[in-house]
Amino acid sequence: MLKLLFHALIVRPVVLIVLGLNVRHKARLPETGPAIIAANHNSHLDTLVLMSLFPLTTLPKLRPVAAADYFMRNKLMAWFSTSVLGIIPLNRHKSGSRKEDLLADCYKALEDGDIIIVFPEGSRGEPEKMTALKCGIAHLSKKFPDVPVVPVFLHGLGKALPKGEIHLVPLLCDVFVGTALFWQSSKSKFMDALSQSFENLSHDHPLPAWT
Amino acid sequence: MLDLLQWTALTPNVAIMLMGIGGLLAAAGLVIRLRSKQIEAHDRRELRDRLRTWWVILIALTVSLASGKTASLIFFAFISFLALKEYVSIIPTRRADRRTLLLAYLAIPIQYYWIADGWYDVFTIFIPVYMLLLLSARLVTIGQTDGFLKSVGTLHFGMMVTIYALSHAAYFLVLPPSINPLGEGPGFILYLVFLTSLNDVAQFVWGKTFGKRQLSPQVSPNKTWEGLVGGTITTVGAAALLAPFLTPHSLPVALGAGVLIAIGGVFGDLTVSAIKRDLNVKDTGSTLPGHGGILDRLDSLLFTAPLYFHYVSYLYT
Repeated sequence: MLKLLFHALIVRPVVLIVLGLNVRHKARLPETGPAIIAANHNSHLDTLVLMSLFPLTTLPKLRPVAAADYFMRNKLMAWFSTSVLGIIPLNRHKSGSRKEDLLADCYKALEDGDIIIVFPEGSRGEPEKMTALKCGIAHLSKKFPDVPVVPVFLHGLGKALPKGEIHLVPLLCDVFVGTALFWQSSKSKFMDALSQSFENLSHDHPLPAWT
Repeated sequence: MLDLLQWTALTPNVAIMLMGIGGLLAAAGLVIRLRSKQIEAHDRRELRDRLRTWWVILIALTVSLASGKTASLIFFAFISFLALKEYVSIIPTRRADRRTLLLAYLAIPIQYYWIADGWYDVFTIFIPVYMLLLLSARLVTIGQTDGFLKSVGTLHFGMMVTIYALSHAAYFLVLPPSINPLGEGPGFILYLVFLTSLNDVAQFVWGKTFGKRQLSPQVSPNKTWEGLVGGTITTVGAAALLAPFLTPHSLPVALGAGVLIAIGGVFGDLTVSAIKRDLNVKDTGSTLPGHGGILDRLDSLLFTAPLYFHYVSYLYT
């Protein structure tokens, strides 16, 4: 309920009026779960924009996967992240434990038919620049070879609210939805296909320079 | 019916004109439906989208004009916001420009406040002079000289067209109602907006039907001399017909307004086309289905609004 109110009253007005979206190929988004949305990561706004692409009725099934060290850093933040945002916390830096354990909550969500949102770059990094993809998503896809992985390329949110800034500048955001990918025999093949897909989406349309 | 009107800020003539435009859109919808078999599926969808967007524009304009001066000013300020946002999203920017962009947005409520206040002197210099100084000063304090001129220049140009030029259409709301008893401020606005839109459509239709000689092949291959002549005649004719209904214009004044709007509209259209070519984009956005972005729709009004405003204010105030 809180999640619904937060999105209907705050997130959607901000995303649609203050920012504004130019969405291309919206029909490629999955209507129902289980599905994996993989997007590039520039800004805190990314998750909220991606969640705004879906109808409000899908909201309970939308689960962004987010860094536990940041989003669960104190009690208040943890409450907000889980109750209002509905995140699946992921331990980015936990060493020694096996991948299986790290992704257990994601597996559970996919088994429940949720649509999970992941950022394979791992971190927001420099605004509007893509970094190498981390392979956690390949583990997910290998375990669920029938679940579509839909790549989404976002442009402009790193300008509107880059890492380390608090002022949001109203700017239109471009959203390019790619065609769904599936697990393909090996981890490197899958990761290459995903990187290539992002590469193609980013060249789909001329984008203004940002220096 | 007329009893209801006293609750709105519309004169009877303006209300009838708005309903007339609704009738025109309904008729256009009927024609598309009747001839849907002769139109290709893709074109049909685009025509329907375009018509639906016209309905949204008409309803939004009607509701805001009917709700009075403040609501109308907020409406125009919101359109300026959407247009500026679209503009700054398609121009190249630097990370250092973020603070300056916020300043540009801040100018919108201030510019429309001058209108609400009826302070014409400040309204007319605030963006051309003082925002230029402020933008420069702000960028100087940020200190990145690389790309400085490009940054101030492109941003100031954007503010001039999306805020300053458009705000002239809104200034009609605070002109003394006594200069236009038939339509008051909303009458002038409706006359301007309707003729500007009609001119866009007429230039397009005449050009599509009879167009041979290109008007400006480098900027917009679709614009032709035939479209310009046919469109101008249509617009001038409509200007003469509507003037006694919505404005205080005599026939010669109405003919002059028609020419001004027709020619100004074409140059506004071409200017936005030139910007898009320069930036290598097809549409300025996708806010208005069937039209493209807000700037794609507003293009001609950005030129006709100040032209027609100064024409009226020279003749009547």
